Amino acid sequence: MLAVNPLPWARSQMAFTLAFHIVLVPLGVAWAAMALIANYKAVKHDDPDALLLAQRWSKYMAVTFAVGAVTGTVLSFEFGLLWPRFMGKFGAPFGIPFALEGLFFFTEAIFVAIYIYGWRRLKPWPHFWTGVPIVVAGIGGSVSVVAANAWMNEPSGFTLNSAGKVVKVDPIGVIFNKAMPLQAAHMVVAAYLVGGFLVASVYAFGMLRGRRDRYHRLGFIIPFTVAAIVTPIQMGVGDALAGWVYRNEPQKFAAIELVPKTGDDIPETLFGHLDSNNQVVGGIKIPGLASILSDPADGTSTVVQGRNAFPADDQPTRSEANVVHLAWDVMVGLASLLFLLSVWYGLSWLFRRDYPRTKWFLRIASISGILAVVTMEAGWVVTEVGRQPWVVRNYMRVGDATTGNTGVWITFLLVLALYTGLGVTTILVLRGMSRRYREAGGEADDIDVPYGPNDGAGPAGPASEPAGVGAR
Amino acid sequence: MTLDDAVAVVLFFGVTAYALFGGADFGAGFWDLIAGGAKRGAEPRAVIDHSIGPVWEANHVWLIFCLVVLWTAFSTAFASITLTLFVPLTLAAVGIVFRGASFAFRKVVFRTRDRRNFGAAFASSSVLVPYCMGAVAGAIASGRVPAGGKAGDPWSSWVNPTSIVGGVLAVTVCAYLSAVYLTADSKRLGDPAMEGYFRVRAIAAGLVAGVVAAVGIVVFHHDSTYLFHGLLSRALPLVVLSAICGIGSLVLLVRGAGGVVRILAAGVVASVVLGWGVAQWPYLLPTSLKVSQGAAPSGTLWAVLVVFALAAVIILPALGLLYVLDQKSLLPGEGTNEPEPVAGH
Repeated sequence: MLAVNPLPWARSQMAFTLAFHIVLVPLGVAWAAMALIANYKAVKHDDPDALLLAQRWSKYMAVTFAVGAVTGTVLSFEFGLLWPRFMGKFGAPFGIPFALEGLFFFTEAIFVAIYIYGWRRLKPWPHFWTGVPIVVAGIGGSVSVVAANAWMNEPSGFTLNSAGKVVKVDPIGVIFNKAMPLQAAHMVVAAYLVGGFLVASVYAFGMLRGRRDRYHRLGFIIPFTVAAIVTPIQMGVGDALAGWVYRNEPQKFAAIELVPKTGDDIPETLFGHLDSNNQVVGGIKIPGLASILSDPADGTSTVVQGRNAFPADDQPTRSEANVVHLAWDVMVGLASLLFLLSVWYGLSWLFRRDYPRTKWFLRIASISGILAVVTMEAGWVVTEVGRQPWVVRNYMRVGDATTGNTGVWITFLLVLALYTGLGVTTILVLRGMSRRYREAGGEADDIDVPYGPNDGAGPAGPASEPAGVGAR
Repeated sequence: MTLDDAVAVVLFFGVTAYALFGGADFGAGFWDLIAGGAKRGAEPRAVIDHSIGPVWEANHVWLIFCLVVLWTAFSTAFASITLTLFVPLTLAAVGIVFRGASFAFRKVVFRTRDRRNFGAAFASSSVLVPYCMGAVAGAIASGRVPAGGKAGDPWSSWVNPTSIVGGVLAVTVCAYLSAVYLTADSKRLGDPAMEGYFRVRAIAAGLVAGVVAAVGIVVFHHDSTYLFHGLLSRALPLVVLSAICGIGSLVLLVRGAGGVVRILAAGVVASVVLGWGVAQWPYLLPTSLKVSQGAAPSGTLWAVLVVFALAAVIILPALGLLYVLDQKSLLPGEGTNEPEPVAGH
């Protein structure tokens, strides 16, 4: 077997599997909440369209939750398979948030099962309430996981002895590390933002294709409203987090803002990159804006530490800094676009009590899901690449954390192929479900027994010929 | 009992729970695999779908629980295990992706070809995963994982007599446990044909598992001395208990008795897993790392115990609710527009 340095492959594998899993996170966290909104509407106002929507969403969720559960499991394995020396040394503090996450994941898995399997036999309101723990656990779970990630940025709550071994752990100090509150808030809000736009974009697409019945409109309005509400909040949380990074992780901030030299009146550079002489080339400079945004109180006189203020070995490399900066621009740029879209939607509701009826709005809305996913991925790149070369900032370098197994290149290729297949299949399966529902036509057919025992009065037609034994 | 011991007990509680619940779901995949062609296997596959559909994800979380407790409370042992057993653990992870995803996909596609492909992926990975887990257990129990976050041999650590016994035992025990559960589920669904179908398979798998276990004892005598002596001393009561439960369950299965068989079958599995733990006590990694040497600082151990206590208060009742609703047939299927899979057509 070819022995290859595992480090770049381990990094790639971790990055790839996380990038994949993080797309499913918003669906796991936010979709249940949106389904419950539809469910509430259905039960409270006896609304068959909302009921159908909630039921179908819960079926899609069953698929995305399963894929999320298994890809999340892979990440647990990878902590050991790819980063055994990190886990061996820092498992004691780092693992604590995951122990909490385990509680939430358990709760989520249990109630997801009860909720999606309980439509037929549970009474409407008790059934509705079995969905609520999913929402709570989704938020708690993502806060826990992000607490662990925040700990890598801002390690605290442990004591090392002279040999560098963890000898004392303060669980509260680990969980509530300084980076945790804002980072966790940023991710939870992101989950609702991405989940909202992602689901809404599917229905926006359907409406562009002429499917403008009430069912599709509801399917658009519920998630888009959620997204439009949280997007401005996310702008605020993101701004606060950026300010926090400015004050606490200056190396990352210097990469974000592409600042070679410490100084005041630092311009905000849109795009552009650092060349081999560490000069910023290309891009559009907005004079003084980086300083102003870093600390509005001091305005352009705010001093921003540049990359020259830190040893080269203790901060992202030049090319990593370029990646961080580009990802930052992408995140902020797309988020601003989504913000404007949300404002447009909000004003339309305010003045016309309806969503904007122009085709252009629906066109942009129909790609808003993809844009939101890219935004989130870019944000994740900012925090992860921006932390380089550390896995635990100022305590352990990524190179010291890696496995010694030289076959990681093989597992990377294996995982690449597996996940590509998984991603494509997931999308095809979801599309197939959606097409089948559509072909089944007369949506009302599906719900003639909304609650209560099924009396075999399911919908007719080949498309809905189903799970029954005889049909197989 | 010291704090270290308490957390080790919690860890083994998790391993046992995973074997009892997750193991049965994997076993169901084994029966799915050998159920035959699309037509002939339709009925047993419907029972399997129906039986594990609502519960497999919750059962799967026990694996996460075990991993998290292991890496948090016994970090260096976790590092040693993942460094040494890179290959079987990678295979297990890949198998878990195949198993979970294809099972979820199979339920929502209706074309026979798609169903067959997803079904094959689900079923074959349901055999692969417990084999790998059993091989990993065998590697640890036979002392092939060195202490100190170091890597043992990447191949012979899990391709060896004890690991092979561990893997085969895991597959057969899962199959046995699952067939017992499926017998009961068929009965609950009012399907005597399927009840008989799985009853026969439960008896066969039980006999095979018993033979594998007996062979295993002989193999351990040569290959895993510490484990062997532990099984015949400290863990002897558990070994005897598993034999009694196993024989008792087979007798009852032959006589056609119902519910209590499940308890006996669960007793077999629980006593085998706990027997392994007790046999290698006080070692986490026989015979190089004791539980007391490998444990995290007390702050971490307390955190794990507190989380476990919370789990006992929150998760166990919730799991109970899930199982009760499931057993009362109140979780018949996703959404409303699919007729229930009524067994017995």
